[in-house]
Amino acid sequence: MKRKIIDAIIEKIIFVCGILAIVFVVLIFGFLLKEGLGFFQDFGIIKFIAGKFWYPSSSPAQFGILPLIMGSLLVTVGACVIAVPIGVMAALYISEIAPKGVKDVLKSIVELMAAIPSVVIGFVGLVTLVPLVRTLFDVPTGLTAFSGSIMLAFMAMPTIVTISEDAIRSVPWSYKEGALALGATKWQTLRRIVLKAAMPGIIAAVMLGIGRVIGETMAVMMITGNAAQIPGSIFEPVRTMTATIAAEMGETVRGGIHYKALFGIGLVLFVITFLVNFVADLFLGKSKNK
Amino acid sequence: MKNNIKILILFFIAVVIASCARSQGKGGAFHSSIQIKGSDTIVNLVQVWAERFVEVNSTYNIGVTGGGSGTGFAALMNKTCDIAMSSREIEKKETVLAKSKDVNPREFMIGLDGLAILINKNNPVEKLTLQQLRDIFMAKITNWKEVGGDDLEIVILSRESNSGTHMFFKEHVLRLGDKKSNDEFSPKSLLMPSSQAIYDEVLQNPHALGYVGMGYINNNVKTISVAVNAKSSYVYPNTENVMSGKYPISRPLYLYTDGEPTGVVKMFIDYALSAEGQKIVLETDFVPVKTAEGKKF
Repeated sequence: MKRKIIDAIIEKIIFVCGILAIVFVVLIFGFLLKEGLGFFQDFGIIKFIAGKFWYPSSSPAQFGILPLIMGSLLVTVGACVIAVPIGVMAALYISEIAPKGVKDVLKSIVELMAAIPSVVIGFVGLVTLVPLVRTLFDVPTGLTAFSGSIMLAFMAMPTIVTISEDAIRSVPWSYKEGALALGATKWQTLRRIVLKAAMPGIIAAVMLGIGRVIGETMAVMMITGNAAQIPGSIFEPVRTMTATIAAEMGETVRGGIHYKALFGIGLVLFVITFLVNFVADLFLGKSKNK
Repeated sequence: MKNNIKILILFFIAVVIASCARSQGKGGAFHSSIQIKGSDTIVNLVQVWAERFVEVNSTYNIGVTGGGSGTGFAALMNKTCDIAMSSREIEKKETVLAKSKDVNPREFMIGLDGLAILINKNNPVEKLTLQQLRDIFMAKITNWKEVGGDDLEIVILSRESNSGTHMFFKEHVLRLGDKKSNDEFSPKSLLMPSSQAIYDEVLQNPHALGYVGMGYINNNVKTISVAVNAKSSYVYPNTENVMSGKYPISRPLYLYTDGEPTGVVKMFIDYALSAEGQKIVLETDFVPVKTAEGKKF
């Protein structure tokens, strides 16, 4: 009897926690909408998203976030191009090829990578990577989207490796046994069977990695140069949406137009991350149903 | 079960009492702390003041943080600081906004500063006119060879828009003092989070050019001499030239309080304006306000 009551209570607590998580997200979205929408009414959403100049403190102020969106996208895409192949390969190695001892060490190192604070990564990047990029690629400044991408790839890697590894490990043994029994080599089995079967999980891993990367602020602010221009190449400085909010939040007076504009950026960012996570969930769900 | 809760409550009470007792401080003396926030240009100067002030008046705590003049004003209006540091005058619209939030900014001029244009040591350029600077920062001149340097692309370093230095530079170099002008920094300019960040980039990058307060001048980077136009003489930003008004981009530095200062805030500002405080202004490479009295800015 007593046990039943305790069970019921715990069930209720878990239910409330679950509901609270949803409520928080809805509240955050509602708050962003409330502050951001007022700005769109004053300024115009098209002018906001398609505007090419970001001069928030001039009069008349210009709030065009196209360069910021492009900056965020460029840095994110760059990070993915670097992190995805390396991450997936690492996951494949850890789960399928590495001997037991190596596997454990690698896994804990990758997990440790996730624990490095981004400001530390940014700081190390600023001191070591930025001068290196400038001299190596002979560009005017090392504070570029490329430097940001490399640092962000570091941060996305643990997510991509851990979740891909899970997906690869959960491919049933019978698939591999079948392939090997038919005379496929180990590499053929890995490439044609394991990787293919794990693909939805890997895509989900990549999407979650992107989610982490697009919202990253500190390291990006330190090493991408913060120039609100539409980038011509990955070797040019960019300014991301997150860095803009972080850099300018302190100077705005509550309720002012600049303050609202930053919420507008927050709203756009929220929508983008929501879409990315939504797509990741679609793929993750697909892999579970198999 | 019930006993446990009682013990827990007792424990919390004990913790609260203990922490109260601690904040009473040494010898029961009354502790008071003030927060100072704002301009990165003078953050080092105010830091030195705060340290010396606390040496003499050891019962006080002073917190000094940078972030830019705009940040200082916003903090003063949001009532999260006692003194705002600024490298520009408060704007009219800011005063109006402050009044609406029941804050009455009171201004104290504490010194003068010349805006130093820094380039890398390996850059052969020695001098620029205001017009050339303007064209560079608006990306009309994009290569150092156009102003007598090597064939290198120019990397423009600017401060964030919350910086008083940024605003001053925009008004007096980019817009050349013309209030109606809408000229802006080129979107290509890198917005650096602090004066130190500008200095660091100039230190290691031969392409770079940036502006900072005089306090950041040293021998590891090159400071450019500036002329109003090609006909006038090029002036180096040092104490004498700023004091005499020869250096074309110099400006006053301020502390702002909410209303007439009282208590520690008053003591601190008095200290800043005292002979000793003004000596520190000179030590940190700014220009004391006393010697510049009578000169109009």
